Amino acid sequence: MTIEMIGKGAEANVYQYGKLIKKERISKSYRIKELDTSLRLKRTKREAKLMSLARRAGVPTPIISDVDTISCTIEMNFINGKKINKLLSIISKNERRELCSKIGNHTGKLHSNNIIHGDLTTSNMIKYKNKIYFIDFGLGDVSVSLEDKGVDLLLFKKVLHSTHFKFKKESWNGFIEGYSKVYKDYKNVLLRLQDIEKRGRYFVER
Amino acid sequence: MEGEIISLGIEGTADTLGVGIVSSSGKILSNVVKNQPLTTGIHPREAAQHHAENMHLTVRKALEISGINLKEVDLISFSRGPGLGPCLRIAAVSARTLALMCKLPILGVNHCIAHIEIGRLLTGAIDPLTLYVSGGNTQIIAFESGKYRIFGETLDIAVGNCIDQFARSMNLGNPGGPVVEKLAKEGDYFNLPYVVKGMDLSFSGILTAAIESTKKHRIEDVCYSLQETIFAMLVEVTERALAHGEKNEVMLVGGVAANKRLQEMLSLMTQDHGVQFYVPNKEVLGDNGVMIAWLGILMHNAGITQKIEDTTVLQRYRADDIEVGWR
Repeated sequence: MTIEMIGKGAEANVYQYGKLIKKERISKSYRIKELDTSLRLKRTKREAKLMSLARRAGVPTPIISDVDTISCTIEMNFINGKKINKLLSIISKNERRELCSKIGNHTGKLHSNNIIHGDLTTSNMIKYKNKIYFIDFGLGDVSVSLEDKGVDLLLFKKVLHSTHFKFKKESWNGFIEGYSKVYKDYKNVLLRLQDIEKRGRYFVER
Repeated sequence: MEGEIISLGIEGTADTLGVGIVSSSGKILSNVVKNQPLTTGIHPREAAQHHAENMHLTVRKALEISGINLKEVDLISFSRGPGLGPCLRIAAVSARTLALMCKLPILGVNHCIAHIEIGRLLTGAIDPLTLYVSGGNTQIIAFESGKYRIFGETLDIAVGNCIDQFARSMNLGNPGGPVVEKLAKEGDYFNLPYVVKGMDLSFSGILTAAIESTKKHRIEDVCYSLQETIFAMLVEVTERALAHGEKNEVMLVGGVAANKRLQEMLSLMTQDHGVQFYVPNKEVLGDNGVMIAWLGILMHNAGITQKIEDTTVLQRYRADDIEVGWR
């Protein structure tokens, strides 16, 4: 079987062979060895744990078949879909709202189960056969705190502002629609989100 | 030169008062920087007082060095924000006074974008992803569809503020950057909190942990571990932004950019990705009037104008609020 590199992200190299992929968190020459090793190991373990927790919470994720903590590699099934960041600009307004509502819905399910994604951006979501898969849980955590949930929402809001600025309003509204439907504590998270934004250095109401 | 204009820029967002004079061909005619002598953090009113007391002499010195008469200046610009209100207002009032007195056009400019534009002018970077790190700011910025977009930023304090506050609480002097950098050379690593949230960062928790850890660790070890941790965070989010977008250049600006270890780390990261890495020379890395004057020229040449009554200061002026007409 041929092994092919299909992605070189900031953190990891991703190889595909058949229906499986291997995500290898590579060593970075810019940081010292101790820090490098501990970050890669911690994130690999976290990602594996949170992906299965997320799936149990009803959020589609790839299924893990192997975790190697020496090379910091996770083996999982390949989701042959399209990343949301590439999709958002080429679909209709209604489809976009529906898609973002579904993303909000998934996020709400995660938060109901105290799962924090940690890097909630559109490039970490894949659409495949009407399902949206969440990936890249390496920066995530298990936490009950409103602060952590609020930051998750802030990250999504920010990627709309920096990357999908043409559709930021409708996308955000769709997201909140889906989020509030499944997460009963959504009001408190949204209030905390406001607090977090106000604490920022360059806060402007928007 | 035919059609060349000359701009005088006043910088006054924080503890630095800067006056720079630059021509539209990009020639720096003078760059006078007057820092408020500090042993503590910046007190906004005292910093503003410093600027007010030194404004006259600093402007005069900038004119003298450039060999330009005030009558030959074509444009006045000043830092409109983001920054400390009282300081911003001194720069603004001084700029308005000069503009009215000499009947010149006036432009209030964004301080963060000024850092990027002077960097582009002097390094030759064309369209860089910029990491802007200073005592007051920490942002990852790139140009996209007519605006400078912020891809990542601090959620609380700036990275320079984290280093300075640490140094001050250990009585290492102010600014703390150079001292911490020197001490770090003799240090060993221990674990400190590493806080990256997507492409955003947080430094307040690490600051507390670093101060606390001095009870158990040598100061050299704390400095080393603090630097290694916060710089690795900065480089990581820059790398993530680089993987996210389609830029082929990375530029490092702001006062903290003077740190050699941070430069080295970014240089290693950019080599891995095969992209160019730029750092402007030291004279324009920290706050200065030249960058303000230069952004004034860019905006002026793009046909942007402001009436005196529109030159109010904006303490929380966001870089992504500005329509960039000059690129």
